[in-house]
Order: sequence, then structure tokens, then C-alpha cells
Amino acid sequence: MSEEAADPGRRRFLTLATTAVGAVGTVYAITPFVKSMLPSARAKAAGAPVEVDISMLEPGQLLTVEWRGKPVWILKRTPAMLESLTKHDSLLADPASKVADQQPAYAQNVARSIKPDILVLVGICTHLGCSPDKRLDAGAVSGLGDDWPGGFFCPCHGSKFDLAGRVYKNVPAPTNLPVPPYMFAADTRLVIGEDKKGAA
Amino acid sequence: MLTNLLAWIDERFPLTKVWNEHLAEYYTPKNFNFWYFFGSLAMLVLVIQILSGLFLAMHYKPDTGLAFASVEYIMRDVEWGWLIRYMHSTGSSAFFIVVYLHMFRGLLYGSYRGPRELIWLIGMVIFVALMATAFLGYLLPWGNMSYWGAQVIISLFDAIPFVGPSLAEWLRGDFVVSDATLNRFFALHFFIPVIILPALVFVHIVALHKVGSSNPDGIEIKKKKGPDGKPLDGIPFHPYFTVKDIAGVAVFLMFFSAVLFFAPELGGWFLEPDNFVPANILQTPTEIVPLWYFTPFYSILRAVTTDMMRFGLLPFMAVVGGLAIYSVRDMMMRAVVAGATAAILLGLFMMEAKIWGVIMMGLSIVLFFLLPWLDRSPVKSIRYRGWMYKTALTLFSVSFVILGYLGTKSPEAISLFLMKNVYWVQIFTIVYFAFFLFMPWYTTLDKTKPVPERVTP
Repeated sequence: MSEEAADPGRRRFLTLATTAVGAVGTVYAITPFVKSMLPSARAKAAGAPVEVDISMLEPGQLLTVEWRGKPVWILKRTPAMLESLTKHDSLLADPASKVADQQPAYAQNVARSIKPDILVLVGICTHLGCSPDKRLDAGAVSGLGDDWPGGFFCPCHGSKFDLAGRVYKNVPAPTNLPVPPYMFAADTRLVIGEDKKGAA
Repeated sequence: MLTNLLAWIDERFPLTKVWNEHLAEYYTPKNFNFWYFFGSLAMLVLVIQILSGLFLAMHYKPDTGLAFASVEYIMRDVEWGWLIRYMHSTGSSAFFIVVYLHMFRGLLYGSYRGPRELIWLIGMVIFVALMATAFLGYLLPWGNMSYWGAQVIISLFDAIPFVGPSLAEWLRGDFVVSDATLNRFFALHFFIPVIILPALVFVHIVALHKVGSSNPDGIEIKKKKGPDGKPLDGIPFHPYFTVKDIAGVAVFLMFFSAVLFFAPELGGWFLEPDNFVPANILQTPTEIVPLWYFTPFYSILRAVTTDMMRFGLLPFMAVVGGLAIYSVRDMMMRAVVAGATAAILLGLFMMEAKIWGVIMMGLSIVLFFLLPWLDRSPVKSIRYRGWMYKTALTLFSVSFVILGYLGTKSPEAISLFLMKNVYWVQIFTIVYFAFFLFMPWYTTLDKTKPVPERVTP
């Protein structure tokens, strides 16, 4: 033991240095635990594309398939439904689908689809992830008033979408329903989760 | 013999000392009334939940393929399993009833005021941990409402700018609510209530016993001590309040058993019908509704639409900000307040309604934490406050109940009168926030009555 008086500056420096090294060590030590909660390799591998046969789909019918644990809707729109899409732009928040993340470039059109009649949407509300109700019929039968042009209604928080999945103004959902990447492998065979650019 | 044993222990462990300090010689105000039952009742319910949960965990399986069936197995095939399960589900609602009444007691008698700020803050942390526990536990039966409820609440994190989506993925452990989510929720539903909650309750009580209990008059009994150094208005916790609390426990258990045995679902209020259907990834229940104890906050989340921001929140925040700028005397502070107000108003213009819904819901809980500093009244108890605080507290209580009720209804329906639910919810959301945000002013202006020297019956 030294007989000299303690040097407080030196002692403070050593305490701080030890604390700093300890803090760095703690961050390293908790990293594996934090990372263990991320999606596992198995969860990541489960997101493979889904192939759907739509030859049996009649106009006006909607088919729900599962892709990456989410409901994906395939709606074959009637000519009347397609015609209705241009008539209520003033009620919509983003009628021209300008928010680029919500659809691939090939679906950035009025019908939000590759073939005008076949609509492919991820059926998850962009507000908080509920699956909206299908209120495809226009008018009072929908329960949403006489001037409802047909579309989707989220029962959780009241968001409304038209028959191209475009969101109405002044509802909680901020953006249009997302269109997943998809392509036609043949005329009636749809591949969801993969397009000409490759798998999503 | 026993005395010798006690002496032997006391030399090695402060048994008698702890007993005296916290029970036999812990002086408690003698004017405690009905509202002071709920602290001990909350501890009782915690014990009920931990014990019933332990026995449920012996039969439950946290696996998306097995979870729903294992709960039905507990209900039908496990001996007395139905009782333990209903005890646990009724207990969760009972927990919130008791805790809400315990918190309301604080609002009535100013229990959160100095020197008890830390007790209140720790209590609020307990409340948040309790909400987390309830939310985690609600996923476990893997019913359809479990699944979609978790989906909605985890999506709240998605709204956080930049980090939101990755944070939500980290919480779920997958891109959607899945087996990984269920498994970790089960682990956390064990860890938080069994390890964290009792630790927080311990700290809550240590802080309480340091400063001493408040009382319905909101005066400090430690200020008037007799020649023996004991508070004149205090009586030992044991045996007086242990006996009183046991009477409270007996009455509570009567109500608890009545629900448990005769109406465990309580018409859908304690167990929702949609949760008797297994989780279905492709089918949202017609109405996603959390259990009643979350619906006031859920209503606030749903209240925020673009119109609500423009015509409700914007003028409201402008008034609050203007008042704050006017009232702050220090020029530096005034600049800070003005900057904060400008940032909020700008945010209301720039950011989406979805984000503001989440912010307002978070704020509706955060504001409770700030109560000790928002309240500027010279008195603590409602007995000596003026008409302003009484009116404000009444309006707040009404808005809390109505927000809770409308949170279980569709926003588009008309459940009260005159207007769609969403408009009522928006009005009462403003009332809810006004209670907190105008508090510094109305508690200052309020005309109070003189506070007595000694407690009154």
C-alpha cells in the first residue's frame, strides 16, 4: 500500500473509465437476448409466394387466400364496378395512388391492378391491421348509406375503402390498402408474392 | 420457549423490528373510510391471479395449434379447471375495478400530492405493468378476439415514425401475430406479474410507509404528535386496520364469488363471445373491442380523425398553449413553452391522424403521471376544495365512463342520442384532456375552504 494521499482526479477518472467499459460490456451482453426476439430463420423462410387458380372466379366474386399469414383478396370486378371507380375521386384521400409504397408501379393506375377487372389486395386495414368487411354491393344494402359505391369497411375504427382499395378522406386509415407484388403465370393462374422482378 | 426462539431470530433477522415498523407501530390515520379498502384488495387480487395462474400454467400449452384446445381442456376435462380458469378471468376484471377505485381515491383526497409524489409515480408504473400483463394474457386463449386484439395493439407501434415497423416485427417475432408471438407472450405474462409486479408493490409500500398514509382530510397526522411521540390522530395498523381490511376482503369476496359462480362471462363484459371462437387469420370479428378496462383509452385512439385534429385538437391545444405562454413569468421558460406549443400545432398540421391517435392515447395515460405537478391547489382533499375542482372531477369521471362505454360500440352507430358515437367520443376526449391540461389554472383559481388542524370523522 502506498503512503501517499489518494488522488481524487485519478480516482474519478478510473471510476468513470470502469463504468464506461462496463456499460459497453452490458450492451454487448444483452445484444443476443434482444436479437433472439427478431423473426427467426424459419419465420423468414415461411414467406414464399402463393399460386392461385382463378379460373372459377365469377365477376363480382371475391376469393381470400393466405400469403405470409395475411389475408389477400382477389376480386373480379364487374364492368359496373369498374365504371364506378372514376365517380367519387373527391371523396378519396389518394385517388391517383400517389403513395408509392402501397402498390407496385404496375398497379399505380385507376383500377390499381394489372388486368383492370382482377383486383389483388392485402386485406389488412392500413390503420391498425384489422381485416375490413367486404361491402361490395352499392347502395343501401351495404348498411353504409344510399350513396355507397361499393367497397370495404373496417369495423374496428370505421375506415372506408372503395372497390380499388383506395381510402376515403377523414377516416383513421392513412393510406390505400396495399397491393402485393403479383403476376399472372398464365391467364388464370395468379402468383402472389412474386412478380417479373423476382420474389418480394 | 417461543420468546427464546424469537430472540434467537431477532439476533439474526429484524423480524420484530419489521413487524413493529410496518404493522404494530405503523400509525395510520383513524379517519380512513370506504375508499381506503382498495389498496389491500388490490394485493389480494394479485395473489388470487398469481395462484390461479400458476395452476392454469400446469395445463395450458402456448402453441397456436394447441392453445385454444388446451383452454377448453382446462374448462371441461381438468378437475375443477373451470373454477380456476374463471377465477383467473374474473380476477383480471376485478383487478382493474379495484385499481381504478384505488386511483379514484387518490383523485378524491389528493393522495398523489407532496410528499407522496413517488408513491403515485410507482403506482402509475404498477398500473402500466398491469395493463401490459392483461394485454399479454388476453392473447393466450388464442381466440379470435385474442388474435385480432393483439394484431391491433402491436400495430400501434407501427405508427411510430422510422423505427415503428421494425419494432413491431421485433415484438411479434414474425411478420404477423404468430406462434412466436404467442410463445413470448406466455413467457412475459409469467415474468411481469410474478416477478416485476410484486417488486413494484413492495417499493410502493416502502415509499408509503416512509411518508405515512394520507387520509380523507388531506392533512399530515405526523404534524400533531402526543407527548409519547405518536401521532394523535393515528392508530396502529395492526390490529385496527388489519381487522378492517379483513371485513373489506369478506365483502369483496362475496361480490367476486357471485360473478365467479353465477355470471363468469358477465354478459360478454368479462369474457367476450368472439373469444370462444378460435383465432382465424382470415376473418376479423365484426367488432374488435378490447375488454372494458381498456376501452376508455381505446376510445381516445379511435377519436382522432382528420376533422377531430382540425376542429377539436388544434383549437384546444392552441388555447392550452396560449394560457401556458401567458402564465409563465420567466422569459426563458416562456420561449420554451411557446416553442413546444408551436411544435404541437405544427405536428397537428403535418402528421397523420393515425399517429396522433396513438400519441393521444399514450398521453391520456402519461398525464396521470404528471398529476402531482399539475395540481396547484393549497388543499389536498375534495372536502376543502371549491366548485371548480368538484365540477372538473365530476366531468372527468363522466367522460371516463362514457369513453369506456362507447369504446365497446361501433363508432358509426348511435348508442347515446342525437349523434354518432364517434362525435360523442371526440367531445369527451376533449373533456378528458381538459381535466388534466387546465388543472394548473382551475386549481389555482378555485376558492378553497380552511383545512382543520385535526382529522374529522
